[in-house]
Amino acid sequence: MFSQLLSDIGILWSKYGTLYLTGIANTLILATSATLIGCIIGFLCGILQTIPYSQNDHFVKKIILRLVRIVIRAYVEIFRGTPMILQAVFIYYGLPYFFGVSFKDIWTVSIIVVSVNTGAYMAESVRGGIMSIDPGQFEGAKAIGMNHWQTMLYIILPQTLRNIMPQIGNNYIINVKDTSVMFIIGFSDFFAVHKMVSGAVFKYFPSAFMEMAGYLCLTLLASFLLRRLEKKLAGKSNYELVNIDQLVMTAGTYNYPDDAGSPFEEVNKDYKGEGQ
Amino acid sequence: MSEHILEIRHLSKAFGSHAVLKDIDFTVNKGDVTTIIGASGSGKSTLLRCINLLETLTTGEILFHGKDISSGKVNSSSYRAKVGMVFQSFNLFSNMSVLANCMIGQQKVLKIPASEAKKRALYYLNKVGMAPYINARPDQISGGQKQRVAIARALAMEPEVLLFDEPTSALDPEMVGEVLDVMKSLATKDNMTMLVVTHEMSFARDVSTHVVYMADGIIEEEGDPSKIFTNPQSQRTRDFLKRILNE
Repeated sequence: MFSQLLSDIGILWSKYGTLYLTGIANTLILATSATLIGCIIGFLCGILQTIPYSQNDHFVKKIILRLVRIVIRAYVEIFRGTPMILQAVFIYYGLPYFFGVSFKDIWTVSIIVVSVNTGAYMAESVRGGIMSIDPGQFEGAKAIGMNHWQTMLYIILPQTLRNIMPQIGNNYIINVKDTSVMFIIGFSDFFAVHKMVSGAVFKYFPSAFMEMAGYLCLTLLASFLLRRLEKKLAGKSNYELVNIDQLVMTAGTYNYPDDAGSPFEEVNKDYKGEGQ
Repeated sequence: MSEHILEIRHLSKAFGSHAVLKDIDFTVNKGDVTTIIGASGSGKSTLLRCINLLETLTTGEILFHGKDISSGKVNSSSYRAKVGMVFQSFNLFSNMSVLANCMIGQQKVLKIPASEAKKRALYYLNKVGMAPYINARPDQISGGQKQRVAIARALAMEPEVLLFDEPTSALDPEMVGEVLDVMKSLATKDNMTMLVVTHEMSFARDVSTHVVYMADGIIEEEGDPSKIFTNPQSQRTRDFLKRILNE
């Protein structure tokens, strides 16, 4: 039994090995690029959705911001609430129907569909991530004069990214698997290879076995790498004290400030604050 | 008469139907160290947050060098860059090192090049005795150290006024001293203009040049610290000081 399976796999591999590998490469390229673009869409939605407005603002600004929120809401609900396989068909055949444009390049349409779908999920993850950040972080940024974009870009989103890394990983793994539905519009991913090969040589189970093992390897590798990335984002767990002069006492070993001044005041003679 | 930096005119603030500040009027001059004292819930912190436009005013106006900044016509970000704020809960950016915390505002808001921003950050971190910790992240240092970094971060913007919102209230008792020492040195050695909401009566009495006592959203009494602490005019001020000084 088992030896039969092994020999069948051997046959498939020797004949179609490069096809399977190309399929894997296509799947990975599509899943990775679509997840990245989806993240960018999600973060953009997150920034746009949280632009604050108050009673005193100009009414045009208020209307525009409200409209932006409604559009994002609609986008999220539509793309989260319909199957991706249907979205692919809808966009692939729908656009020529209405606008007379058709996608010559199957890659473009695949990346668009998966990205837009991922973006809808990411928008919600990012929104949740932003809500979980301590309001003090926003106030600290505001207090030194940052505007909304600067606050988001340098303070809030880096922290959000760290917090929602597990969800990004989730989405990535889902994308590795679910890009298989793109065979419906003719994208030749890993699963499409199975359909093609097994149909040609009637070895359905051995091919399915290879696919199962292949997908599992991909997702295991992905979750391993994502964990590594998460750890890296968390930063170093220790730090080095910086003593510019070994003879200078460190904080806590002297009583600062007294009239003698801080021992550190000797260090930076090249810069003095304004009005000193 | 010295130069007015901040003038608060008829400021009121209500959260819904609850009036927190009622018709507040006062002036901060260059070089003043003003402390705002009063019981919890008297509106001290809200006043400070209004001054930094973290809360919108219900009525009234705030003049910065004679210009109204509360009407929404002036860019609030560029105003905030000139008015530093130190929070009770530090609010250091947790995704950055101590050094980056003190550089980011200079680089992004004041558009100062990185090398200059680093020099400036180190200068002020030296001032608060935190220069050895530039590589640490905020969650790796103690509360008192965090607050000193927060002061350095505010100073690095070289603001004209520094607002302190109960800077020692969230600290363990043994760390209060190190933060107060830094503040004292800013007031006496650097002649920094400061507006301090605090429960530290010794700071109010010994360091500040002007004391404002608030009760129930109004300024009950204000004046010289020696006058307020030795010869308060209002009965409520007397009661408050008696209670807090006997603790």
